[in-house]
Amino acid sequence: MPVLEGKELRIVGFLCNWCSYGGADTAGVGRFTQPTDLRVIKVPCSGRIDPLFIVKTLMSGADGVLVSGCHPNDCHYAEGNFYARRRLEMLKRFIPMLGIDPDRFDYTWVSASEGQRWQEVVTKFTEQIHKLGPAQKIEGPEAEETLKLMEASL
Amino acid sequence: MKNLEDLKKQIKDALPELDVVIGWSDSFDPLHATPHFIRREADIDKLKVDALCVHNLATYLPSLKGKKVGIVVKGCDSRSVVELLQENLIKREDVTIFGFGCNGVVDQTKIRRAVGDVGQVETCEVSETEVKLTVAGKEHKLPMADVIADKCQTCRYPNAVVSDQFIGDEIKATASFEDGYKDLEEFEAKSTEEKFSFWLGEMDRCIRCYACRNACPMCVCRDHCVAQSRDPHWLSQEAHVRDKWMFQVIHAYHLAGRCTECGECQRACPVDIPILLFKKKFNKEIKEVFNYEAGLDPEAKPPLQTFKIDEPTIKEKEW
Ligand code: SF4
Ligand code: SF4
Ligand code: SF4
Repeated sequence: MPVLEGKELRIVGFLCNWCSYGGADTAGVGRFTQPTDLRVIKVPCSGRIDPLFIVKTLMSGADGVLVSGCHPNDCHYAEGNFYARRRLEMLKRFIPMLGIDPDRFDYTWVSASEGQRWQEVVTKFTEQIHKLGPAQKIEGPEAEETLKLMEASL
Repeated sequence: MKNLEDLKKQIKDALPELDVVIGWSDSFDPLHATPHFIRREADIDKLKVDALCVHNLATYLPSLKGKKVGIVVKGCDSRSVVELLQENLIKREDVTIFGFGCNGVVDQTKIRRAVGDVGQVETCEVSETEVKLTVAGKEHKLPMADVIADKCQTCRYPNAVVSDQFIGDEIKATASFEDGYKDLEEFEAKSTEEKFSFWLGEMDRCIRCYACRNACPMCVCRDHCVAQSRDPHWLSQEAHVRDKWMFQVIHAYHLAGRCTECGECQRACPVDIPILLFKKKFNKEIKEVFNYEAGLDPEAKPPLQTFKIDEPTIKEKEW
């Protein structure tokens, strides 16, 4: 589905397979209304999320990134989210250095039964991103330009 | 160095047991020193230690793993050795560390700015207070205070933090942790938009030579660096500012909790991009959250390689 011009922003959610993806599913099954800006990427565990996934997503034009995993002590792999917490906290503190508003990124924990909490988190996060508006984009030679250059050199 | 003869003697005594000892010697001109690999006794004579010996020689250690290696280290370089030990990238029994107390090294960029063309350096004398050089027949006297590297002005660990042989006297450090982060704080005072355009401009100049990576003692992936790997394919080979910027963030992130701020990355950059700022930012936050500094204790574990079940210093967002 294309982004609704002016109404939706691009928000990417990295959700762990075992809790948060289930939580989002529970919200869907329960027919809780939620904003539609967020696109979900399912990962095996929040510990699988290299913080650089998030930087790359933001640098590639996303307006916001939300990470959600199992609550600490509930990780399917026992300690994945403990490592994730340290890495994500460091990321949260680092991204202002890049000239990216720290509010464009948040991390939290949502369990599979917490459909309600998922609805709340995704609604609040989306509002937060809308308040900030579209992110600054990194401009430069676009793919088409590059293709033209490549053709010219053949 | 006052005790150079002592150092030479120590190296001479240790050499029969070692495959190589890494130090510094004169380079292509009198203004530069270069890494020097001592394999035979005759090589020892060429050893020099002064304010021109800027290279962090610890960079060579991981690729010499398994060999018996001696290494001459300043305070900051010794922290890289400690960090490599912590991560089991080298073995303590394989390295012989010749440490000393350091008065600081010069910043060649500052010399270049003061003198202009340094293409034809005829003579150069370095004392504790002054760098005296003749360039194309003209003499220049530069006070050491004007050309010393920034990191040395706020050095807190001038003495090798680990050594088998310590040569000469210890030097007293006076700077505090905060002193070393003034430049970062200045930068952080900029607005979000200003920071963004600052980096766009700086990163646009990057020529993707990877000198910053190659000079870094903690960049140990070598042939498997994500900058060039196609599996995983993190970056394209385009000269797009997005890829260049992303690479610096990768470098900084891979060094989070490991970087000892030796400054080699920034020194090696041919276009003077202030990439040390990214690493300083991580170090400052790591100190604040985990009260940890890299490269001080060989037995410690870098904070991002471990966790606590309860993290009293991490304040999570309440939704
Ligand atoms: S930072 Fe300290 S130990 Fe390193 S070169 Fe400067 S004065 Fe010497
Ligand atoms: S990132 Fe730079 S300052 Fe840090 S260890 Fe590597 S070369 Fe030294
Ligand atoms: S040394 Fe400088 S120019 Fe070369 S890759 Fe690193 S940042 Fe870019």
